[in-house]
Amino acid sequence: MSQTTDLNIDHVAKLARLALTLEEKAEYARQLGDVLHHIEQLGKLDVSQVEPTAHAFAVDNVWAEDIARPGLPVDRALQNAPAHRDHMVVVPKVIE
Amino acid sequence: MSELYFQSIAEHAAGLAAKKYSAVDLTKAVIARTKAVEGRVQAFNSFDEADALAQAAESDARRAAGQARGALDGIPIGLKDVIAVTGQPLTASSKMLANFVSPYDGTVTVKLKQAGAVLWGRLNCDEFAMGSSTENSAFHPTGNPWDPTRVPGGSSGGSAAALAAGEATATLGSDTGGSIRQPAAFCGVVGLKPTYGLVSRYGLIAFASSLDQIGPFARTVEDAAIVLGAIAGHDPLDSTSFKADVPDYRAELGARQGPWRLGIPKEYFGAGLDPEIGAAVEKAIAFYRAQGCEIKEVSLPHTQYCLDTYYIIATAEASSNLARYDGIRYGHRAKNAKDVVDLYFQSRAEGFGAEVKRRIILGTYVLSSGYYDAYYLRAQKVRTLIRQDFLNAYRDVDALLTPTSPIPAFKIGEKTDPLALYLCDIYTIGVNLAGLPGISVPCGFTKSGLPIGMQLIGQPFNEAGLLAIAQAYEKAHEWSARHPNL
Repeated sequence: MSQTTDLNIDHVAKLARLALTLEEKAEYARQLGDVLHHIEQLGKLDVSQVEPTAHAFAVDNVWAEDIARPGLPVDRALQNAPAHRDHMVVVPKVIE
Repeated sequence: MSELYFQSIAEHAAGLAAKKYSAVDLTKAVIARTKAVEGRVQAFNSFDEADALAQAAESDARRAAGQARGALDGIPIGLKDVIAVTGQPLTASSKMLANFVSPYDGTVTVKLKQAGAVLWGRLNCDEFAMGSSTENSAFHPTGNPWDPTRVPGGSSGGSAAALAAGEATATLGSDTGGSIRQPAAFCGVVGLKPTYGLVSRYGLIAFASSLDQIGPFARTVEDAAIVLGAIAGHDPLDSTSFKADVPDYRAELGARQGPWRLGIPKEYFGAGLDPEIGAAVEKAIAFYRAQGCEIKEVSLPHTQYCLDTYYIIATAEASSNLARYDGIRYGHRAKNAKDVVDLYFQSRAEGFGAEVKRRIILGTYVLSSGYYDAYYLRAQKVRTLIRQDFLNAYRDVDALLTPTSPIPAFKIGEKTDPLALYLCDIYTIGVNLAGLPGISVPCGFTKSGLPIGMQLIGQPFNEAGLLAIAQAYEKAHEWSARHPNL
């Protein structure tokens, strides 16, 4: 297992697209250090011959009939958008 | 006969059929009760009286026309605020979705509407269902009806508290690591987490998709069977939904008789178990033994790894699922971002609460390059071992009997360390990792008057058998007839 000191909170917060205050960074680093320390015990188990479980009852290759069905009307799909205009979501300028 | 708002679905089905009172009468009684006690319980994020009364009036009209739809027609059922109902708020108790109104119905919502239920209110929970006390709600804590200075459990704390307080006749919650069973135990009601895949997750706000299941809170095992029968079944809109048979669970209750073989996992009775809870569960074991059931001690040797495995898998899936909240298409958008990327960072920082951020950080870390194999993949392999423990035990027994929670309801604000809170889920998370059905049934009270719950864990897709075992205990005890003084 990796060492818990590896948790680089700035790097992980950037991956998660989450702005954190200095106080939050210090708090999370400490608390998650405790949690990761607890998790270290999983390293004691030999799992070299064990298959991973992603779902308890795996259902593979779920196919749906290719039938058109009505989706949400545009106005309902946009009703929760923070900003919209002309049937489109408005976002800040992406290209300078 | 107790007040209308404390009666069961089964009692109301008879009362409504006999025209002793109408669905509007019942709904009015529940609304009045809610208004009388909600100041102390705070189980709801919102409710819509006019909408509920209109649904009740439709139910009465159907009944008058001879077109009543069954036991749930006209029954007020509250939904945890993570289940979508068209035109109603859907907040996940998060600032991120504080103003979100659902544009569509979840599958369980459609099924309850088809059954004629009166959908009543949006019930408080931990933010995005992450927590064990409902204190992580961005809006307000919920009080335990048995002692409003204590938590109702979580994450479906509002669903459990509303039912115990008489503010609904049944409710739905969701259970990712114990979020139905633990609050059911804390509030003295029945809570059922179905087998993974039995109930569609379409229209449930996703937390950890390989663990999440919707299930009922009810006053009695029979009521839980009635609600489960209405919401279970394969759904093409949820690709993890299973093509399992859905029997008439209520009818099956009478058809299934013991004695059963019950396993007692020794790992669930160790250090950390409150002695009063241990004693109550031992009494329940003695009851089953006296009924002729075979009681066998069994071992689930990987139990000590459940918590770690769960917090890796659940946070990893959560970090992925919650990536969708970026302030663009819906949800909170920060006002002062300097560009579109900064908009993601700031919207998420402002919209999410502390526990959600903590879990996103942990989940992102265990999935990140260089750590994926050591944490996430390893946890998935340990999950296999945990699941095999249960399946091995089921060679010799029909179900497992354990405490639901190691402790009774604790004081609001008492537990501030995340790890200490995570330990509250120690008896419930293995069931989610293995995908099994589990039910919490009231089995006593502490000396200070707090409810105690026991957990019965069943075989996959054998809810009918599990419910029958639970009801055999319930019928011989009167715990469900007790109600909190509010």
